[in-house]
Amino acid sequence: MQPKHQDFLAGAQDSLPILLGVIPFAVICSVAAVSVGLTPFEAMGMSFIVFAGASQLAVLQLIGEGAVWMVMVLTAWIINLRFTMYSATLAPYLKDEPNYRKAPFAFILSDQAFGVTMSHFANEIPANPAWYFYGTAAAIWLTWMISAIAGALLGTLVPASWGLEFAFPLSFLALMFAALKDRPAVIAALVGGLIAIISKGLPYNLGLILAALLGIGAGVLAENIAEEKMEGAAK
Amino acid sequence: MNGFPLWLLFIAMALGTFALRFSFIYLFGKVEMPEWLRRALRFVPASVLAALVFPALTYSNGVVDLTLGNIRLLAGIGGALVAWRTKNVMWTIVVGMVLFWILQAL
Repeated sequence: MQPKHQDFLAGAQDSLPILLGVIPFAVICSVAAVSVGLTPFEAMGMSFIVFAGASQLAVLQLIGEGAVWMVMVLTAWIINLRFTMYSATLAPYLKDEPNYRKAPFAFILSDQAFGVTMSHFANEIPANPAWYFYGTAAAIWLTWMISAIAGALLGTLVPASWGLEFAFPLSFLALMFAALKDRPAVIAALVGGLIAIISKGLPYNLGLILAALLGIGAGVLAENIAEEKMEGAAK
Repeated sequence: MNGFPLWLLFIAMALGTFALRFSFIYLFGKVEMPEWLRRALRFVPASVLAALVFPALTYSNGVVDLTLGNIRLLAGIGGALVAWRTKNVMWTIVVGMVLFWILQAL
């Protein structure tokens, strides 16, 4: 059996190419935090405590808009619901691991760590799959933290006149297009987006949460209809 | 912020997020993820992100503005093209911001 540290290092090594995407994203999260008025220390603290970039950016935008905290927390949780999917997929590979090790590595589970791990497992399951995942998660977390610190320090150098708050919708655009993998996902995005425009006037930014839920519902519905059509065609 | 301490906000975000991350890793063998939930979760990123993007690009001074006078919309469409082709956060921001600054200067 392969030693555990070897699988850990293999996971870390396979994460190297994706780090090129992690560095700017972490920098952006910190710069964005400073641009809405957080101190560099608070910006670093947010990345360290939360460590989930998309939800951090969403909450920062809401801070800029003066939303109430309950809506910010709910929005962050909704964006991070996707982690339960990753958690369920990784669970069988971690079943023999003790909780004191699973818990900290679950805390640093990221989109990128999940992506690298599962694309490797699709070809080959290592002798210690849990340690391979730990290696990817650790490499990405460490890179994120260093970049977040750099970004927090850089952020103070960016003048407000640059209008950097426009970087928020731009970053969400890129993440959104990466999620539009098929037609039901496109429908989910269109419905979520249009409802968000219509319901923007609702108090406490609740329109955002309403739009997100209706968009998800529309995606499920579109997928069901597509499947029924396929079954109909098969008959 | 309505006086709500920032650090408590971070902790509330983090506790929920950790619960979501640890959920099925912790519960493996005890609870299976129901099929309907798995199907719904797949659409979370597309829906939430669109709900964040669309109003940010279409609203100008508090009203929906779909004219050429709305520079965020124009720069956003440019950014969307880059996002669609590259799926890269950094390039989308670079192109979108440069467009935004050019349109602002015109």
